[in-house]
Amino acid sequence: MPQTESNIRLAENAGYIKKELPKSLSTWGYILLIVGIALSIVSYKLDPARASFGYLAGYIFLLCIGIGALFLVSMEYAAGAVWSVPFRRVSELFASSVPFLLILLIPLFLSMKNLFVWMNPEVVAHDKVWQTRMNYLNVPFFIIRDVVIILIWWLFYHLIIRNSRKQDLSLDQNLTTTNIKLSVAFIPVFGFTISLFSFDWLMSMVPKWYSTIFGVYIFADAAWVGFAVVTLASVLLTEKGYLSTKIKKDHYYSLGTWMFAFTVFWAYIAFAQYMLQWYGNLPDEIIYYVHRWVGGWKYVSLFLVIAHFIVPFIILIPRSSKTNPKILIFASIWIIATQYLDSYWLVMPSMVNNGFTYSFRFTDFAFPIAAVGLIIVLFTTLAKKHNLLPIGDPKLKRSWDFHL
Amino acid sequence: MNDGKKLFGVAALFDTPDEILKAAKTVNNAGYKNYDVNTPYPIHGIDKAMKLKSSKLGYVTLFFGFFGASFILFFMWWTLAVNYPLVIGGKPYFPLPAFVPITFEFTVLNAVLSTFIAMIAVVFNLPFNSHPLHDSNYMRNVTSDKYGVVIESEDPQFDENKVNELLRSLGGKNIERIFYPEQKEFKVFQPRFVVFLIIIAIITSVSTYVTLNKLMYLPPFSFMEHQNKGIAQYESTFFYDKREMREPVKGTIARGFIPYAFTGVTDTNEFYSNPLLPTQKVLKLGQEKFLTYCSPCHGNYGEGKSRLRGFFPPGPTLHSARVIGFSDGKIYNIITNGQNGIMPSYAYQTTRDERWAIINYIRVLQRAQNPKPSDFSAISEINKESGNASN
Repeated sequence: MPQTESNIRLAENAGYIKKELPKSLSTWGYILLIVGIALSIVSYKLDPARASFGYLAGYIFLLCIGIGALFLVSMEYAAGAVWSVPFRRVSELFASSVPFLLILLIPLFLSMKNLFVWMNPEVVAHDKVWQTRMNYLNVPFFIIRDVVIILIWWLFYHLIIRNSRKQDLSLDQNLTTTNIKLSVAFIPVFGFTISLFSFDWLMSMVPKWYSTIFGVYIFADAAWVGFAVVTLASVLLTEKGYLSTKIKKDHYYSLGTWMFAFTVFWAYIAFAQYMLQWYGNLPDEIIYYVHRWVGGWKYVSLFLVIAHFIVPFIILIPRSSKTNPKILIFASIWIIATQYLDSYWLVMPSMVNNGFTYSFRFTDFAFPIAAVGLIIVLFTTLAKKHNLLPIGDPKLKRSWDFHL
Repeated sequence: MNDGKKLFGVAALFDTPDEILKAAKTVNNAGYKNYDVNTPYPIHGIDKAMKLKSSKLGYVTLFFGFFGASFILFFMWWTLAVNYPLVIGGKPYFPLPAFVPITFEFTVLNAVLSTFIAMIAVVFNLPFNSHPLHDSNYMRNVTSDKYGVVIESEDPQFDENKVNELLRSLGGKNIERIFYPEQKEFKVFQPRFVVFLIIIAIITSVSTYVTLNKLMYLPPFSFMEHQNKGIAQYESTFFYDKREMREPVKGTIARGFIPYAFTGVTDTNEFYSNPLLPTQKVLKLGQEKFLTYCSPCHGNYGEGKSRLRGFFPPGPTLHSARVIGFSDGKIYNIITNGQNGIMPSYAYQTTRDERWAIINYIRVLQRAQNPKPSDFSAISEINKESGNASN
């Protein structure tokens, strides 16, 4: 990226000096990615049916991070937020996994027979409910729908991020206006499409189970982990001096508040879904929770309540912990790990519906390793090309005046 | 100039947030303790400029939040699981998930109200309900578009001239002296006020009555008076037999009830065996029921001495060799089905357990009439133990 003089002056004013990220980070990214892919292939060879479930859990994890980060970018534009401008490029880099979701969808389409009980024509033939549902869940419509959803996300990712990067050079303020319009359009589209996507891939795994709030559950997860990755990277980069020197503790505060807010939001949604289905106790609905309460899953479910709600809630409650970099780093790592546990918990107990039995296997964790590797590789590769601070953004100057 | 009023403090107005930040910093650095800053909206950084310590109010919220949560959980547990256990929706007596929303709401309500009251108490210094700053020109400005600082006269460093000078040097405008309000005598029961209250009460109750009972009393909102439900002893429009009260399905068995296979069958040779042991509790029950239902005909000790004085055929003695020879099951069959067309069935008066208890008691009566030698020694031993051995 050619640097003009005005750009260099802007970067200096913002206290930002472009530095190469440490080589070891991208090396680690490649190692994780290659090891993850190798292990994934091994697990496919060992048990293709089991691997497709593990793959789906890893895919949901990656999707939540990518789309959550993109959501944060659009939120900032739509709300005209000032405090988050120094961190916006970080979330843009995390959103860069969105286009890859399309390629990664192909193995899922190939393993649909293992994942979904409605792919079995015998089951459908004997069940009137399934026959009516096949109007929506038939394979061509399913594939077209999900490809279109990811293409829409890709389109918005492409437009918003292109404008944002262009601004670094052209310093054109109208690009911000365009992005505000794009973001306002994206947010409702995102809410709708992520619901459809989660209905397709997660809800239809459990026969006849439905929960209208389920899309919101996945949305809460995505936003939560999106903020967590952005917090982790932003705090680390700032503390090591890769971002601006002008970033204060006050900027951190809002990151912590976002994580806290979505911790509570997830708990609200998850509990709303649980309580209604528990109270109704209808066989088609409660089976989802019965599968998550048999055997060892009971303890995973209980641990999820603690890890997904109680621990981050207590950690992030005091004002001081939201400005403390160490606590923020710990909380965001905790959140990212818990998010994978949640994806795993959403996918794995549903294996039973398709006639498989679950037993713990380490091969399931090949996929999240590959996902983390992919995210690090994408981040480091793109960080070489682009500024880590949106120096052309007209709101950046106001952001330095931000204080609590 | 004072008019005998007490000075509360000296206030000054500023035009921009930056000025007020600077003013707050300077006043604080000058060593004043009792001063306050009033702004139309929260100003970022004002707490640092005033060197405010973090508020203790959070602890009030925390305490009352916890108090609310534990109180309402205890309340629901005690009312719905202990004092008056109710099965609702087939759930346990204490269904925690169902109680979570109520606990949450009550926690929030309690925390918010207690915080609000605590804040009012601290700021207004209850029981006073008016602050000297109220109704002042200063307050009118700082709730609109100005930023103000007020230095109170209670401050140990307070000296009116110095304060005036300081505020003027900071660029403060409209420097104003603020006095404590006069404590006016206030009569609650002024006639005009009471009449006003009565009129309001009449208007409210009449309009409520008219809206609820006349305007809104229409079919869909008629307070659920007309419902599509069965009412006992009404004619049913739904069932063929036109009965609203339904009988249980044939073969329905009540909870804890074990049906007797030989109801109405007297000439059987198969009998049940007695499920109850002759414990003290069982014998007490047997005695009570025997004296109620059996003794009128069979006599208080089963000796066949009827109390009915010939109005009804006297029952036979229960101490005959034939009755002693009956098995428990046979006696149970006799009590359940009746005998010889004279003794009626006692199945409706006594429960299953009560019948078996009566049988146990009859056995005791029979043993008492025909004791074994070992019984005498046992009795004397019991007497010795209880310490009143008689002949």
